[in-house]
Amino acid sequence: MPANVAALALGDDALVLSHRLGEWAGHAPVLEEEVALANIALDLLGQARVLLSLAGDEDELAYLREERAFRNLQLVEQPNGDFAHTIARQLYFSTYQTLLYGQLASGESELAPLAAKAVKEVTYHQDHAEQWTLRLGDGTAESHERMRRGLDALWRFTGEMFQPVDGIDVDFEALRESWTASVTAVIERATLSVPDGPQSGAWTAGAGRQGLHTEPFGRMLAEMQHLHRSHPGASW
Amino acid sequence: MATAAAHTAAGTEPGEAAHPAASSARTAEQQAAFDEAVAADERIEPRDWMPDAYRATLVRQIAQHAHSEIIGMQPEANWITRAPSLRRKAILMAKVQDEAGHGLYLYSAAETLGTSREELLDKLHSGRQKYSSIFNYPTLTWADVGAIGWLVDGAAITNQVPLCRCSYGPYARAMVRVCKEESFHQRQGYESLLALSRGTKAQHEMAQDAVNRWWWPSLMMFGPPDDESSHSEQSMTWKIKRHSNDELRQRFVDICVPQAESLGLTLPDPDLVWNEARGHYDFGPIDWTEFWAVLKGNGPCNDQRITQRRRAHEEGVWVREAAAAYAAKHGKATA
Repeated sequence: MPANVAALALGDDALVLSHRLGEWAGHAPVLEEEVALANIALDLLGQARVLLSLAGDEDELAYLREERAFRNLQLVEQPNGDFAHTIARQLYFSTYQTLLYGQLASGESELAPLAAKAVKEVTYHQDHAEQWTLRLGDGTAESHERMRRGLDALWRFTGEMFQPVDGIDVDFEALRESWTASVTAVIERATLSVPDGPQSGAWTAGAGRQGLHTEPFGRMLAEMQHLHRSHPGASW
Repeated sequence: MATAAAHTAAGTEPGEAAHPAASSARTAEQQAAFDEAVAADERIEPRDWMPDAYRATLVRQIAQHAHSEIIGMQPEANWITRAPSLRRKAILMAKVQDEAGHGLYLYSAAETLGTSREELLDKLHSGRQKYSSIFNYPTLTWADVGAIGWLVDGAAITNQVPLCRCSYGPYARAMVRVCKEESFHQRQGYESLLALSRGTKAQHEMAQDAVNRWWWPSLMMFGPPDDESSHSEQSMTWKIKRHSNDELRQRFVDICVPQAESLGLTLPDPDLVWNEARGHYDFGPIDWTEFWAVLKGNGPCNDQRITQRRRAHEEGVWVREAAAAYAAKHGKATA
């Protein structure tokens, strides 16, 4: 069922990144960012719920699958780190989501209506990440250095975004080109350089999509699923 | 905009106090006009003359209210990553986001009185201004999130609805927006507890335990008894406050008892009984020793709450500095 594979992959991306952003609640550097990060997390959670419901029962899928059954990109499961690290992750992912959903929205697939709604949200997320990349990159010496470190640290997880996914009828090579052009433009305006390392490693190319994740992910799931799993069959 | 003479008496120019006698006559005139406007239930606006003590009381109260929204995010955010269904997780995230928004409205309202958010946050972080003592209690189970919605937001609404008619315009208007969202949160909390109460035995027990732990602290949210409340009388004269602490507390108890019955949960008070003669529920004594201990910083989570708030602020310094530096370079206003 290619449509399920696609819904699960994109749904897991949104679910996992939403969870990571939810961890910021009460810890953001300024009150406006408490609102903005929660807002983005909520948009993503809304997307996840629609997508997972296309593939099955949203709560069963979120709470009762183990790590090896999740299909999200390794990028979105990376821990928040500092604010620059979170923004780098968001810039890479929102740019991808905006381009991907833009194409899906104009297609004929089952995902088109969801993508049409979500593209408005992810465009806002991309703008938010872009604005902060500029402020941190072209702010103070410290923020410049932190933004550089965030972009560098996450670069090796970006290649996975362009691995084809069953049921997503998109030209992934063209997607890679548009993504690279868009991200490069923002990074350069932010007075930074595009990281020069590889975009994947021995275990990273297409790994998350195949259920191979990084170590912090299991701990994230343990926290997310604990209560639900402690009360089998209960409704909330 | 109000129409009474208070508003025409506004705007004493800085150089105007050259003649002390004339100046004190002018102050008396302004005071009289202010009193008349308040008595006529008119709104006082930021540019209007107001007594220094009225201004100071409002700054203290609005700041404390704003701080409570911000600190109040923590006990609930504690459960965002563990919420047991995606629907509940979305509701909780939206609620915590609303609280940050309420904090922002309220800091803006306080700023109309001539202070700044930065200054107020500094007072919060250094312990010179307080926040509601309720947020010094821990959220130990998922049911606590529901109990906070039902009881804590319920008590907040009982307190805040009369503030929508408070004499100071910006505060009253902020309260109208806040109350709309709070009553939505309160219903969600009730509904979440209801799901637990009607769920499995373990869920029902979790709900009852949460109500047992949150009931008394919620009653304390109305503040000390009327005979020990130092600011009450003046605040009522100024129409910042419309009802006494004990009146509001009684109103809250009267609302909660039937709600607890329909939830299928009990309230942890053996003395709780309907008093036909008074037309109200009688309830047992509140442990004021605990109240004062929590207020003085010795509650279960006081240190944890303020430490987390300070840490978020300190760890965010470089981000705020970056935004300011970028704005200076590119000629745009800072956030």
